[in-house]
Amino acid sequence: MPSSDHRPASLIPGGAVFPHRHLTGIEGLQPHEIAFLLDEAEGWIAANRERGTPDKRLAGLTQINAFFENSTRTLLSFEIAGKRLGADVVNMHAAQSSVKKGETLIDTAMTLNAMRADVIVIRHMSSGAVRLIADKVDCPVLNAGDGRHEHPTQALLDALTIRRRRGTIHNQRVVICGDVLHSRVARSNILALTALAAEVRVCAPSTLMPPAIERMGVTPFIDFDAALEGADVVMMLRLQTERMAGGYVPSTREYHLRYGLTLKRLARAKADALVMHPGPMNRGVEIDSNVADHAERSAITEQVEMGVAVRMACLDVLTRRSRGVEGWA
Amino acid sequence: MSGALHFRNARIICAEGGERHGDLFVADGRIVDSARGAETIDCRGALLMPAIVDLGVASIDRAAFRAGGIVRVGLMPDQSPVLDEPGIVQRSALIGRPDLWIHPIAAATRGLAGTDLAEMAICASAGARAVGTGRGWITDSGVMARVLAYARDLGLTVVAHSEDAGLVGDAVATEGETATRLGLPAAPALSEPLAIARDLMLTEAADARLHLRQVTTAAGFELVRAAKRRGVRVTCGITPAHLLLSDNAMSDFRTFTRLSPPLRSEEDRRAALAALADGTIDVLCSGHDPRGPEEKRLPFADASAGAAGAVTLLPLALGLARDGHLSLERLSALLSRNPAAVLGIDAGSLQPGAEADIMLVDQNAPWQISADTLPGTAGNTPFDGLPVQGRVLRLFKGGRELG
Repeated sequence: MPSSDHRPASLIPGGAVFPHRHLTGIEGLQPHEIAFLLDEAEGWIAANRERGTPDKRLAGLTQINAFFENSTRTLLSFEIAGKRLGADVVNMHAAQSSVKKGETLIDTAMTLNAMRADVIVIRHMSSGAVRLIADKVDCPVLNAGDGRHEHPTQALLDALTIRRRRGTIHNQRVVICGDVLHSRVARSNILALTALAAEVRVCAPSTLMPPAIERMGVTPFIDFDAALEGADVVMMLRLQTERMAGGYVPSTREYHLRYGLTLKRLARAKADALVMHPGPMNRGVEIDSNVADHAERSAITEQVEMGVAVRMACLDVLTRRSRGVEGWA
Repeated sequence: MSGALHFRNARIICAEGGERHGDLFVADGRIVDSARGAETIDCRGALLMPAIVDLGVASIDRAAFRAGGIVRVGLMPDQSPVLDEPGIVQRSALIGRPDLWIHPIAAATRGLAGTDLAEMAICASAGARAVGTGRGWITDSGVMARVLAYARDLGLTVVAHSEDAGLVGDAVATEGETATRLGLPAAPALSEPLAIARDLMLTEAADARLHLRQVTTAAGFELVRAAKRRGVRVTCGITPAHLLLSDNAMSDFRTFTRLSPPLRSEEDRRAALAALADGTIDVLCSGHDPRGPEEKRLPFADASAGAAGAVTLLPLALGLARDGHLSLERLSALLSRNPAAVLGIDAGSLQPGAEADIMLVDQNAPWQISADTLPGTAGNTPFDGLPVQGRVLRLFKGGRELG
């Protein structure tokens, strides 16, 4: 089992190892705090595989998944994570919520708070929305994606996948390719991977490249082939259907021509390079099926598995104070 | 007839008369050379300045204007309903009197839709002092050309907003590291000079008069500077926010820093200070746009743009003077004389014969800006918590003290 890259020489006992009430983003986390969450997640992978005596440490706690934006897999992942830990999980979908009736986000947050949730998981279409709610409620808040801003558990599960498959994150050359401009996955991954000392390259056409992205410690590439040279990890981003219509890229086939990950292209990366995708994939657009389904190279289904483990770890760690876990109270 | 006043021991600042120490007399609502039987007001060396003429406020907020030393405002046309009907223009021109004189900026196009010319002459006869594009840019160059030509015929200044609508799209921030880190929809700062370049060329061709309500970018100032040199009849303004804050103030998604135009880079901010010093900027205004929590306690991109600025305009301006960016004399021109000139009104001076719109200011009085206690309808200031100096001690409109 590979060990953490940045484990501090002596772990401070108790809550000091992760002194955050919420997980609103990777920004603000120290490298050793990220590594701590990854270490915690490692433990849940085995537990999930063995399915022995269930560990219901969150029994009696109410977890509300407040999803203001549609999601299938992230919602499912958080729900399974909560239920595996014994929490009572309630899902609130925007479609069936009073948000549609004009209730403000703050009022919704106050309502959830008044229902005495023990942990709230939020996805929202506006950048900064999760932090806004976190400031108003008494319980821990987990960001499940806010606008183009952050998606921290995705970055953690990606980091965990890389660490397990490559042995380390340190000095790994990671290429993040696709709609970086609109991607919260890209932002959180950039923050997490640069914090853990990976070499991060981002690749996109200029229409989908955020300005001043190099200020986040990454190297921007227009040419995908050049970006792939010597890569250890190739992380493809989903091209949203609404961006394919001509506003940002002329067509899906032209996008595939320049930025689609084919086996031929993948040959430019290291022979054992890892292929990742946060899903859901557009097969034949940003990634070819024979790459996505490549038994040795693709880590895409493993990412999904790591997602549950990482979310279990986050739910556990963030509720330790309220559960009075020794050293955390 | 109001009582005569004798201000003594005052440090008198006026854009026209310069700075002097001594006495100022008021009789029959106007500045005079001397007055008999005047009530004496000992100023104890405090500043005596023309009251502020605030060009381009978004709403009428008496308590904020009173506290900020503002006795005349140029009211933006994007009211509800839009200032494009004589009845509405006349009503807004009169509702503030006698304490607050509102000079409506009528809509340049009907409903501010940017397609058909509004009834500028009729609105002018109802009290409009200029016409404007409101918070938006007229996207159709043909319409803007006709607006400028028609307003020129009437001797009206066109007050324009300068952001290219196509480049801006749904942006709420300026492109740069901060917007990228926060994941906010952002537009290049270029959207401003692009809009300014077109409007300057159209203004020059029509020999019209243009006032750019807010110029905030280095390239924008460069265009205005060059146009002035060519003799184009253009003036431009700015608010303290763009002189004192750059886009990194948006970190933490503070919606009080969501402004229109958005905060710019540090380089642009420095260019604004340089434009203030070299005379490119003519008007310093508050851009007063109070927004309550229902419009600001939202995710950044969903919050309304705008800041409450009336109360903080004077102390922040005095701070710029204290830091050596401009003299008090020029400060008074930016706050009072120049905006009055843009509106074509006789105000903003302490010369004999001028209307006695006067503020007595303690330029050293320290206080802390607080969103919670700011006078006015809302406290959405990007300067929340900032310690400042300068308070209006007494305020006079037409020689009559405002309580």
